[in-house]
Amino acid sequence: MINERVLNTLIALLLLVVPLFAWQLDEPFIITLATKAAILALAGVGLNLALGYGGLVSFGHATFFGLGGYTMGILASHAQSFTPIMESPFLIDGTKSMPIIWLVAIVISAFVAFIIGLLSLRTTGVYFIMVTLAFGQMLYYFSISWPAYGGEDGLSIYVRNEFPGLNTLDPIQFFGICYVLLMVVIFFMSKLNSSSFGLALNSARQNSERVQTVGISPFRLQLVAFTISGAVTGLAGALFADLNRFISPTMFSWHTSGEIMVFIILGGAARLYGPVAGAAIFILLEHVLGGLSEFWHIFLGAILLLVVLFAKGGLIGSVSKKAASHG
Amino acid sequence: MSLLELEGITASYGASQALFGVDLTVDEGEVVALMGRNGMGKSTTINVICRLLKNQSGTARFAGQDLSSYPSYRAARLGLGLVPEGRRCFSSLTVWENLMASARKGEWDLNRVGRLFPRLQERLDQYAGSLSGGEQQMLSIGRALMTNPRILILDEATEGLAPVIRQEIWKAISELKKDTGLSILVVDKTIKELALVADKAVILERGRTVWNGQFQSLDATITDQYLGV
Repeated sequence: MINERVLNTLIALLLLVVPLFAWQLDEPFIITLATKAAILALAGVGLNLALGYGGLVSFGHATFFGLGGYTMGILASHAQSFTPIMESPFLIDGTKSMPIIWLVAIVISAFVAFIIGLLSLRTTGVYFIMVTLAFGQMLYYFSISWPAYGGEDGLSIYVRNEFPGLNTLDPIQFFGICYVLLMVVIFFMSKLNSSSFGLALNSARQNSERVQTVGISPFRLQLVAFTISGAVTGLAGALFADLNRFISPTMFSWHTSGEIMVFIILGGAARLYGPVAGAAIFILLEHVLGGLSEFWHIFLGAILLLVVLFAKGGLIGSVSKKAASHG
Repeated sequence: MSLLELEGITASYGASQALFGVDLTVDEGEVVALMGRNGMGKSTTINVICRLLKNQSGTARFAGQDLSSYPSYRAARLGLGLVPEGRRCFSSLTVWENLMASARKGEWDLNRVGRLFPRLQERLDQYAGSLSGGEQQMLSIGRALMTNPRILILDEATEGLAPVIRQEIWKAISELKKDTGLSILVVDKTIKELALVADKAVILERGRTVWNGQFQSLDATITDQYLGV
């Protein structure tokens, strides 16, 4: 058994060192893979707050991933065609600035997560899963039937968005941006989880009645957690769109929701670095197994089955004990 | 005006009625024993007070507020500190995390709970699931105190514990009474131990208050009639 903090540090270092080596060896493809892993990990870190810590099995986090992506796509496409998004009642222009895009993606995702949470958190269990899935599918079909931004074909953004002082088209620099964002969000999550909010959320997952008798509303806790969770996954969506310079309705599809969930199950639910480990393994498998066979998902399925049956805490859970947040 | 007042409370679990008229008052600084045989409505009464169950008729007032419109978590914020039957600690959290999860500002903090239960102080980083039954009970009381309640409600706080641990918990309860003047509503079956702390007693029989008075005036005829087996 390895101490969880040590393991987390190792994972964080590995995710940093691999692309740095690739950069030295001039292997931009590996840097891009690492960037993808970091972004998907971020999406997973978002979902982990709701699913892992809050026990809210959201099967609709693609909603926020897609919203983040489309926020980027819409803002950037208007900026590249020099047409305003709207002129009345007030003028809104597109933008190519990453920080602004991130901020808008976070705000929109948080707002939509709040509304979805408000409705879906009145249900539990399988109904909660279905309500969150329904919202995701609603936006999926909406994005398919919305020709202004590519409809079913998706939408290409020709040049990656800008970040002050950096050349975002250089793979290692863009990786740096994604990695730093991931670390900032993980730091925020670690603080959140050991705060009284995080502890109460954890308690509410175990016994919501007992939480009420100490004066805490589980509904409010879960609503806040779901909102933050959606906002983080939305930010990941915006980065993912920037990585590919392309958005499509697939970002909203339930496959995407499922994949984000798979990162958490592979890596370890309610573990700070669970989604990071999970996303990294997923990318590795996709690359290695995908090279062997087009049907690599079959192998992924088998691995997932083994993890669920024999390593319930995911990768992190099976090699390290849970670290206490105090002491 | 009493701190906690129940008047003519009736309540049901679905179709089966459990309470047929419970009256009970707890004054500021008073320790009241809620007694009765198994299945007479003690825990149901507590569930009504904590709004885990809605009463059908009668009024429940706490600190001057009618509780009927309060959801459970808001009732708790008025100052109801429940120590539930069966302890129910959050087993995957450590002792420290259990206490911090429920903390609200006031006189009671980690240090003070640690002074009341030194065993908890020594085990702050241990998972609640790995504690002994007695330690979990102490944690459950500590958790309720961390909310800085105006009344502490103990539902079968010493049930199923070893005699030594029971003594320790009763000692803590009498310390609470002596040092803090906290109001306490305590459900228990052992008259001898209740006698150490209780000022008043309320006896329930078939979901009704059948006796209500000073604890000292409980005599053998009453206890035999309502509490004997």
